[in-house]
Amino acid sequence: MLYVTALQEGFLYGLLALGVFISLRVLNIPDLTTEGSFGFGNAVAAVAAAMGYPRLSLLFALLAGVAAGLTTGLLQTKLKVHPVLAGIITMSGLYSINLMVRGGPNLSIGGNTLFKMAYVFLGDDATRDDKKLAGTILAGILCLAVIALMILFFKTHLGMCIRATGDNPDMVRASSINVDRTKIIGLCVSNGLIALSGALIAHYVGYSDASSSSGTLIYGLAAVIIGEALFSLFPRGKRGVTVGLISAVCGSIIYKMIVTFVVDAELFGKNSANLMKLLCAVIVAVTLIIPAVKEYIGAWKNRLEARQA
Amino acid sequence: MNTQTPMLEIRGLSKTFGKGTVNQHTALSNVNLTLEKGDFVTIIGSNGAGKSTLFNAICGTYQPDRGSIRLGGRDITYMPEHKRARRIGRVFQDPMKGTAPGMTIEENLALAYTRAHSGPLAPALTKRKANLFREALAEYHMGLEDRMKTKVGLLSGGQRQVVTLLMCTLVTPDLLLLDEHTAALDPATAEKIMEITNRIVQRNNLTTLMITHNMKQALVTGNSTIMMDSGSVILSLKGKERDDMTMDGLLKLYTEKKKQEFTTDRVLLSDQ
Repeated sequence: MLYVTALQEGFLYGLLALGVFISLRVLNIPDLTTEGSFGFGNAVAAVAAAMGYPRLSLLFALLAGVAAGLTTGLLQTKLKVHPVLAGIITMSGLYSINLMVRGGPNLSIGGNTLFKMAYVFLGDDATRDDKKLAGTILAGILCLAVIALMILFFKTHLGMCIRATGDNPDMVRASSINVDRTKIIGLCVSNGLIALSGALIAHYVGYSDASSSSGTLIYGLAAVIIGEALFSLFPRGKRGVTVGLISAVCGSIIYKMIVTFVVDAELFGKNSANLMKLLCAVIVAVTLIIPAVKEYIGAWKNRLEARQA
Repeated sequence: MNTQTPMLEIRGLSKTFGKGTVNQHTALSNVNLTLEKGDFVTIIGSNGAGKSTLFNAICGTYQPDRGSIRLGGRDITYMPEHKRARRIGRVFQDPMKGTAPGMTIEENLALAYTRAHSGPLAPALTKRKANLFREALAEYHMGLEDRMKTKVGLLSGGQRQVVTLLMCTLVTPDLLLLDEHTAALDPATAEKIMEITNRIVQRNNLTTLMITHNMKQALVTGNSTIMMDSGSVILSLKGKERDDMTMDGLLKLYTEKKKQEFTTDRVLLSDQ
């Protein structure tokens, strides 16, 4: 059952991975807005749900994320702020805004979470495990629906313009497309999804908390990278944005599974849970340095062969 | 379009970079150029003559200091780059510049094609369009029609230039700009791309400007040739005068026009 929970969390954080994938890989922009927009969606959804609008809360969270993306987007295109700094600025500003929205460091949703609403359909004699299973299915359906929507989106003209913007901005400009606009729209979509993920997490745990968003950026990166490592088994030429989107969510699920395994097996002793962010950072770092290490090994082998010859 | 209005009309175009600094450089000085519909003008001139600057000004990469550019009778001097791009096709020397490497051939073509044909949320690639693109590519016998789902980044330079050419002309532009688009290719491929270019230009009766370093190519391609130097048009050849012109003759004309500078060069060199 522990792994069912991991699957559910993997789906919910999967939207975060999708968002990070879109900014990092499709748009080719290192967007650091992530933790801000995740927290923004988290706070906005909790407030809306606590006020009695649990379903609408997702829409509000989505819009909140879009607004965050819009801010970063405008900063880095029209106002020419460096992309990394633009993200940091928005993220820092949102930290205060999120505290204000929540009205404090944390806020409980109470009985109004989407998951608790879904459990009603299970009847009164549903066990804890039944509920977990149902919650996981709900999370899975939501996640798959968003993936499907994104796959379709990137096949539209606008979606293709966004992909091309990340691929070759010069060419996009020469094709009469407004590069600034496609970048901004791409960041809006990316941060909208991240905020949606934050909203679903608020519903999942039943409250919004100032610390809920810390570590989400590195989590998103890890999910994208793990997914890519997994899907690199496919022939390179065929890997498009569709495979990328699916792989990001798979990466998120696998990462959650790894965490569950490490904590459950107490791989690093009793405090394994505390070490997760370090593990996360190590996974990302190791994956990123593989190409360089391969190159060193290749050069070393060449030298060795040359010496023997 | 009214036959009296020229397709491209450039009047008194000037551009100076780094004005007021030690690096001040006049890239364009009072350039006048008129192209009627269907004109194919080749541009020659040494490095720094202002050929690419002229193209950049036409495309709107930056704004000129003085002068005006009219395309199809409409003033585009201060129109944003991406807006005028709808009516101008441009192929660069670098084959990497004109296509998105991470996208497939058909996706690249769809991107260029849909800009004029559908709303933002319409599917970019339909079966009908894919077939249209395949047929269009098949004409050029580059074997690309069987690789529609291949990423453009995996193609050779020549193949990428063909894709770019097609992207620029799928939707007939008012003006086609070719910026030494065969210079980075091997001679055989360059010849083939030039042949394809001629075919596309003739079939669509495109108004075209082509920069080239190849004097022979400059004289045999299109219907007139201009020579640029230090930001000005110093020579314009048309009709019989151009037909009778040889490469030697052209070189001679060039040295005559540049004599002043050459003598200065010699003085400089003899000093050492």
